[in-house]
Amino acid sequence: MTVSRPWQLGLRVVGLAYLALLLFVPVALIFYRTFEHGLGAVWESITTPAAIHAFQLTLEVTLIAVPLNTLFGIVMAIALARGRWRGKGLVNALIDLPFAVSPIVIGLSLVLVYGVHGWLGGALTDAGIQVIFSVPGIVLATIFVSLPFVVREVTPVLKEIGDDQEQAAATLGAGAWTTFRRITLPSIRWGVAYGVVLSVARCIGEFGAVSVVSGKISGQTETLTLLVEKRFSNFDIAGAYAASALLALIALATLLAMTAIKPRREEGDA
Amino acid sequence: MSATSAPLAPAPPARAAAGSRSAWRSHSGALGLGLSTLWLSIIVLLPLSAVVAHSLDGGIGAFWDAVTTRQALAALRFTVLISLATALVNVAGGTLIAWVLVRDRFPGKRIVNALIDLPFALPTIVAGLTLLTLYGNRSPVGIDIAFTQLAVLVALLFVTLPFVIRSVQPVLIELDREMEEAALSLGARNATIFRRIVAPNLVPAVLSGAALAFARAVGEFGSIVLISGNIPFHTQVSSVYVFKLIESDAPTSAAAVSTVLLIVSLVVLLAIRGLGRWGARHDR
Repeated sequence: MTVSRPWQLGLRVVGLAYLALLLFVPVALIFYRTFEHGLGAVWESITTPAAIHAFQLTLEVTLIAVPLNTLFGIVMAIALARGRWRGKGLVNALIDLPFAVSPIVIGLSLVLVYGVHGWLGGALTDAGIQVIFSVPGIVLATIFVSLPFVVREVTPVLKEIGDDQEQAAATLGAGAWTTFRRITLPSIRWGVAYGVVLSVARCIGEFGAVSVVSGKISGQTETLTLLVEKRFSNFDIAGAYAASALLALIALATLLAMTAIKPRREEGDA
Repeated sequence: MSATSAPLAPAPPARAAAGSRSAWRSHSGALGLGLSTLWLSIIVLLPLSAVVAHSLDGGIGAFWDAVTTRQALAALRFTVLISLATALVNVAGGTLIAWVLVRDRFPGKRIVNALIDLPFALPTIVAGLTLLTLYGNRSPVGIDIAFTQLAVLVALLFVTLPFVIRSVQPVLIELDREMEEAALSLGARNATIFRRIVAPNLVPAVLSGAALAFARAVGEFGSIVLISGNIPFHTQVSSVYVFKLIESDAPTSAAAVSTVLLIVSLVVLLAIRGLGRWGARHDR
């Protein structure tokens, strides 16, 4: 179907205008607003002790959540793509829950398990462990929301490449670990990398679930996204913009990484 | 980010594993499966069952009362309607943009294409602040829609932008152009070709993208919280309502409304899987 030139131009203009009004102009404007008063003020605002702590906490939480979910993701993807077992369809569906459930419900669910009056609250209090309104709660919330990314990236790659090479390796006497390390892992590495990039972006950016469980104590349980909200509510608009610009830069870096990895991932085992 | 369309997209039915494996392998496989299922249960299933269990703490009557207060019903109605509107606008806008990105050629197309995924990479609170900067009371272009239902719609359109585009794009790329050329040579006009050949092929992808957008919109919180003003009976969505209930220490009511939201998510999730199967059949 070849559309006529005027139609083609019309569609292009409408499509790009929609994108500009919704996405490009707002995001450009936030950078403009951030830097309109010069770099110095921005630098000061993102190097206050609270901001530095928020940045460190965000990084720490991400560094715990992403490796755990990557490990889970690879193992689960192999089980889903290669194994035959009862309940596979159900597990496959349940993995998507973190994408479909509201972050606020996720936050509440953790409070109801680990909070003072939660299922495990009594036992945890007796043991002197505080989860809710503390860093472990933030970690649990972050792991929850970023759980599906690696599984969902790696499973289709595994199905695509099939298991011929793995079987050949096994026939030639390679053990399970050797087969995984020498055959499976090299062919799924770009799928894993893509999933990791998505997980990192989600971990750094999570707001709703974290805001329910964190308690938002400045310098203790405040992540970067929570800092943005607090500064905005305290009418420190410039400060909110500065922290937002930092997060937006991380998001743009994520896009760059995605664009770099995507073609390799699609080559599969090449 | 195909990931964002892929995650909820159902996997094709598993092929039967060919051949047999050494006992060693199946043992390590069983161990891995056990551990990863345990992880899934502790991280996801245990907390979500706590929500459902807690919502019934005061009995079924209390549950019903909590989800049928005027404010809860108003929030739920607004959430579902605004999410439907979001999905509908995405059907039109997303399909159009996917078309432009696949069939049109213009300078900077690759950059535009890469930026489509930005709403997935950008933290939602930053998205909200971003929109408030352009469309709030300090708007440089004089458009102030803050604290209106339209503002909620704009925020939802922002965060759900990639779903339909990313789900339609690959189908449009794969679409066999020979069919269209054949129709053209047989004298069909563009409108007919679109209606009879292009559209039917896109329907499953458009619908599953729209369902993903709907699911995302129902649960969305971060991008809405600043721009909606959270006005009860007007711009308050269910997720923000639940947040207020948690803050005012009413966890049982919060759990009840959350359970309703969970049911909505589950239904949409199942619908998407169904759509995926239908799409896969459509392919053959």
